Amino acid sequence: MVAIRKNRAACWSAYIALLPMVLTVLGAYIGTMLWTARVSVSSARIFPTGDFVGLGQYERLFRNARWLLSLENLAIYGVLFVAGCLVLGFLLAVFIDQKVMGEGALRTVFLYPYAMSFVATGLVWQWILNPELGIQRVVRRLGFTDFTFDWIVDQDKALYTIVLATVWQASGLVMALLLSGLRGIDDELWKAARIDGIPVWRVYVSIVLPLLWPALSTALILLFALVIKLFDAVVAMTQGGPGTATEVPAKFIMDYLFGRANIGLASAASIVLLTTVVAIVAPLYYARAKAVQRGLK
Amino acid sequence: MKRDAIADIVPAVRPRSRRLTPARIGVYGFLIMAALFFLVPLYVMLVTSVKPMHEIRLGNLFALPMSPTLAPWRSAWQSACTGLECEGIRGGFWNSVWITFPSMVLSIAVGAVNGYALSFWRPRGANALFAVLMMGAFIPGQVMLYPLVRALAAVELYSTLPGIVLVHVIFGMPMMTLLFRNYYASLPEELFKAARVDGGGFWRIFLELMLPMSTPVIVVAAIMQVTNIWNDFLLGLVFAGSDNLPMTVQLNNIINTTTGERLYNVNMAATILTSLVPLALYFLSGRWFVRGIAAGAVKG
Repeated sequence: MVAIRKNRAACWSAYIALLPMVLTVLGAYIGTMLWTARVSVSSARIFPTGDFVGLGQYERLFRNARWLLSLENLAIYGVLFVAGCLVLGFLLAVFIDQKVMGEGALRTVFLYPYAMSFVATGLVWQWILNPELGIQRVVRRLGFTDFTFDWIVDQDKALYTIVLATVWQASGLVMALLLSGLRGIDDELWKAARIDGIPVWRVYVSIVLPLLWPALSTALILLFALVIKLFDAVVAMTQGGPGTATEVPAKFIMDYLFGRANIGLASAASIVLLTTVVAIVAPLYYARAKAVQRGLK
Repeated sequence: MKRDAIADIVPAVRPRSRRLTPARIGVYGFLIMAALFFLVPLYVMLVTSVKPMHEIRLGNLFALPMSPTLAPWRSAWQSACTGLECEGIRGGFWNSVWITFPSMVLSIAVGAVNGYALSFWRPRGANALFAVLMMGAFIPGQVMLYPLVRALAAVELYSTLPGIVLVHVIFGMPMMTLLFRNYYASLPEELFKAARVDGGGFWRIFLELMLPMSTPVIVVAAIMQVTNIWNDFLLGLVFAGSDNLPMTVQLNNIINTTTGERLYNVNMAATILTSLVPLALYFLSGRWFVRGIAAGAVKG
């Protein structure tokens, strides 16, 4: 009897201790999602209203040229950013893993941008890429007077400068994750491959890469979260310009929430973004959980 | 790219290949090029920040300063204009300190208690709760922003220091909980059972047994949270209020709202100043930083 009572008291302590988590999950996550979903089917502008307009906000959203452009930009950016980080990060990890001198220093160099804020790195790249005093000017001074590298002020290419800056910032993360994955691979595998006379690049592509899947999927999830959140770097580098060339959904939502006071439309956009995230992350997360489980067995 | 001495890939003892084959030269060539690519922005930032404006106008982005000056640093710290006020970035520095420190301590405390309760006590429904919390980590912040603004305004915490701290604790909770849950799950269960047999209660076991053993994970958590919170822009912009704007927001204001000639040297000095805390932490903590990246990810 005594033992049971003690257990119960202790269990109550556990419940009380988890109260902040309960409140966060119910209030900050589920509550805000429901609230946003509710506002997205109302005609709310500055203040929430109690009316119901069906999917009107969503229809308006998908007729909004700026939103469509934001989505398109995010898709292009997402593919290039993730691919760029994975390729560069993988190459860095593989080359560092060749028993090179100064490994520690190299790792430090490749990862330090990740410790900086996207605002700070965005501003540095804005400075380097600015056509008046940046790289373009330097190369022209060397005598190549026709050289142009003005992507950051070019409607069609500004988005790629954001890819460049953020790949520079985040590929060290992929490098760190994959390097620890590479170090976990059994030496026997390399011996066997060598005896069989398989070329090294072939071993990397056909054997090592699949073995790195847990680390890769982790990297993918982290990178994908960065894609969705893309906001700071855009604000720091181009402020969505030139024109609307580098508008992204996160910025669209911010502008309509706080600048243009149209919370109905912004909420609809948030819900669309949320749905996209769930649709992409859920299968990835599931695949990764499966892979990790297999790895443990 | 041939692997020499393939039998010795064990990380601890790694005899290096002394022969300089073309393949080795290729490896080093690639790594050196990559290192340059990663270092150039840091270099440009540093040299620009100590050049006077007339040197910058020459357009020698990569040149070393001819007459180095610390005036841009002084100006960035004390007198650069962040919007209407011209008091430099120092106010933002202290705001960031006041935001980061309590947010870090609180989110670690909450994460540790959560992880402990989830790993050892496993109250009914806790796992479902944890699953939702982890999904919460993927909710785009924008979905939560406006409702949180309204909720905080309702309890008069919007645009206050406690308000932004609370927001950081909420947004940091999934990662912190996962970190501590994984750590406590790696400790032997017998330890906990023995403490229970000895009559230890929930809080006593936590404070006297678990917490003293948690130093490594607390260090990792602290590094992660300081870096994340210091580098945050969006939450500070929305929730901190004009009296508490963090350094990142003020930095962006300095650079993107200036009228007249842009003082690139002051801008770069301000950028370095803003990055100083996380960079120092990164260079000092080394492997702990990497551990933080991998920690939450390994077990999932």
